[in-house]
Amino acid sequence: MSDFIVINLQVLFSGLALGAIYSLVALGFVLIIRATNVVNFAQGDFAMLGGFSMVAFLAAGAPYWLAILLALVAMGIFGLIFNLGVYYPLRHRSFLPVIISTLGASIFMQNTVLYFFGPQPRPMEKVFKTSAIEIGGVFMDTQYLTILGVTAIAVGFQYFLFERTLFGKKLQATSQDKDMARLVGIPVATMIAFTFCYSAILGGMAGILVSPVLFVSIGMGSIIALKAFSATIIGGFGDVTGSIVGGLLLGVVEAFGAHYISVPYKDAFAFLLLFIFLLLRPQGIFGEKISEKA
Amino acid sequence: MKKILTILAIGLLIALLPYFFKVSPYVLNIFMQAVTYSIAVLGMTVVLGYTGQINLAQATFFGLGAYAVGLGTVDAGLNFWITLALGIAVATLSGFILGLTTLRLKGHYLAMITISFQQIFDLILNNWIDFTKGPDGIAGIARPSLFGYTLNDDRAYLLMCAVVLYAVIYFVWKLPQTSTGRAMRAIRENELAAEVTGVNSLKVKVIAFTISAALAGLGGALYAAGFAYISPDNFNFARSVEFLTMVLLGGAQSAFGGVLGTSLLILLPEWLRFLKEVYLAAYGLAVILIMVFLPTGIWGLISSRVAKYRKPAPIDLEAIAPLDVTVPITDPTPILKLENVQKHFGGVRAVDGITLEVMRGTVHALIGPNGSGKTTTLNILSGIYKPTAGSMTFDGTDITEMAPYERAGLGMGRTFQNIRLFPALSVVENVMVGAQRENNPIAPGQAALRERALSALKFVGMAQSAEVIVQNLPYGHQRLVEIARALAGHPKFLLLDEPAAGLNQTEKQELVALLKRLRGHGLTIFLIEHDIGLIEQVSDRITCLNFGKQIAEGAPNDVLRHPDVITAYLGESAHGAA
Repeated sequence: MSDFIVINLQVLFSGLALGAIYSLVALGFVLIIRATNVVNFAQGDFAMLGGFSMVAFLAAGAPYWLAILLALVAMGIFGLIFNLGVYYPLRHRSFLPVIISTLGASIFMQNTVLYFFGPQPRPMEKVFKTSAIEIGGVFMDTQYLTILGVTAIAVGFQYFLFERTLFGKKLQATSQDKDMARLVGIPVATMIAFTFCYSAILGGMAGILVSPVLFVSIGMGSIIALKAFSATIIGGFGDVTGSIVGGLLLGVVEAFGAHYISVPYKDAFAFLLLFIFLLLRPQGIFGEKISEKA
Repeated sequence: MKKILTILAIGLLIALLPYFFKVSPYVLNIFMQAVTYSIAVLGMTVVLGYTGQINLAQATFFGLGAYAVGLGTVDAGLNFWITLALGIAVATLSGFILGLTTLRLKGHYLAMITISFQQIFDLILNNWIDFTKGPDGIAGIARPSLFGYTLNDDRAYLLMCAVVLYAVIYFVWKLPQTSTGRAMRAIRENELAAEVTGVNSLKVKVIAFTISAALAGLGGALYAAGFAYISPDNFNFARSVEFLTMVLLGGAQSAFGGVLGTSLLILLPEWLRFLKEVYLAAYGLAVILIMVFLPTGIWGLISSRVAKYRKPAPIDLEAIAPLDVTVPITDPTPILKLENVQKHFGGVRAVDGITLEVMRGTVHALIGPNGSGKTTTLNILSGIYKPTAGSMTFDGTDITEMAPYERAGLGMGRTFQNIRLFPALSVVENVMVGAQRENNPIAPGQAALRERALSALKFVGMAQSAEVIVQNLPYGHQRLVEIARALAGHPKFLLLDEPAAGLNQTEKQELVALLKRLRGHGLTIFLIEHDIGLIEQVSDRITCLNFGKQIAEGAPNDVLRHPDVITAYLGESAHGAA
């Protein structure tokens, strides 16, 4: 293959891997949006917390795979606490107080972690020892491959859960009409608690996966969350497929932008793409225009 | 007047305090920060507190003002006052453009867009080093001179900033009592109802956003010269969140709340030194706690306590002029014409080709079983839904493409099936929003609006409750207030969506009397109702819908006895048995 194609494939590959991280966090976003109609601005900090939990369990002497498992369990528990402390008391209020409350939670999480771990970014080992595989001249980082693989599994699992199980149907019913769901006997509060739990695990998983690439740092969550949220808008607000496609698209645009135009401004490309979508197609790729009911 | 003078005197005394007592430069710096931040936070009061729109880029507008002064005076050697004006202009313009492009979108999008804007600003400040000086920032920003006197003394500069702050407080304090300010609060409370009542919501939101950006620019410009040094860290996302927290803690719905919140959050770090590293964590926790326990902020809590003890002046019912709702009666021509109007939702034809004429000065009822498309028709009429096909003419004007507020401006009033008032506004303020619609034939000025609103309230028998917060009224009274809000706009045409729903027998009879009175004044009324008894009493003409199509139209007796209508309501077999 010519160098030109190889380089572009290389960029595409890293863009997709980065995009997969955005997609994972975006999935968590979408789940909470669908269950509660609010955006969780601390979603990215779930990723940050996942990374630091991993660091903590490794430091405590846990083997790598056990540390991953423990970190994910910890994230699940944290999701439940988050629901109780940040969302549940405000569940009857409009979206604005809830958004602001999640912003507060984000500041709280970042600075609590800062207090215990300090400002120094922590390195993290890759999942697999081999660093890269070469296919036709394109070097594929094993961590990137892991990210793509895990994201695919997570998406498949989520599809199975939502579309093929009774539990998933109950979750869908909760997100579409809480009052009606309550009337047919679905425990709405439990469903929402589960959503936060699951969403925190997804976020934590994204954090653990991206740590070997980006390092574990206090601010890692904020920027991932912004991109992930852009992905949900670009894909279609609250649309699962859309958020995955949107995430991948953002990752690719960013990788190509950084390669061909400018590295320092790579974060700006994502936002530019978001602006363009909001102006030309605010409902996103897969979204439908819905008017407010009078 | 005396009160205002007292307040002014106290304010001036506070600003002059540093001249009387020995104050360390450190403390002066804290004051300087409090004063300049307050100006930006008051912008948040307007956009978030009054209008209910989130803005997470206030630090960007603050930064635009600051960098205009920094770059303008240090790099370009311009006069401070020119750069100040420039800074405000740049902030205002960016606020206007950002608002215009994004305020069409609802809450979450706005939050996201403003954050993105903030991030891009941060990237530019840090990376466009040739222009912005990058992370090192700009040092050596000089103090301005005023009337030939250079404000190098911190106390003098602080005094000047305080005077500016007082002016801003006054403006923000008085804003809610203006028509624009009232429209802002109406949007916060219920945007759809505001729009249908005649508020151009996009315009008002853009105004709010622009004011907010302008104030942030002003604050930032004063900040830059005050501290002589600026760097990107002063204007990042964390600062925007800080502004947000300040306005929420103090109380977003009042100018004093904004200043209180700012002062507290600037002083708190001084008082809470013992918290040291966990200070910011405590800060985040405080935000959650405020949201849960203090939704209206400290000032909101104080003012609601005070309001309990302060009785509003009683309303002199005798002094209220009778309401002029008269519409000159002309020939019996149609005021409204619908031509093959359709509305499809996906594959569902909710309204499937309605052609209809409503004659001037009549009461025309739209009936039909649940799901027959009545409310959809009303929503098309008031402009909430765009029809899929067909056209509408109102009083000789083609209104098919018009926004709801424009239709209100032509004299179309409306009430909702599930009452849509502005819950946190007083009864009279609710009705004043109706009175301030475009082209309302009343005298200009707030006094005339209030007078008109009181007249409308008296007309429906609710004037004695004028100063009550509307959400505290019982259901039946809220319905009446909603009708008064529509009447205050002096409509030619009134759309009522199930006005009798939830009313008891006495209230229903009062409603019948009210509708007859209105008809007597020449108003045309188009209503949806399920109460057949009420319809028989008031309507001149009835149209019956089923599955989005007209199945009968004519005089009440004919339509109500029409076999298709009976079938539609009772089903096939019931008709057969009858």
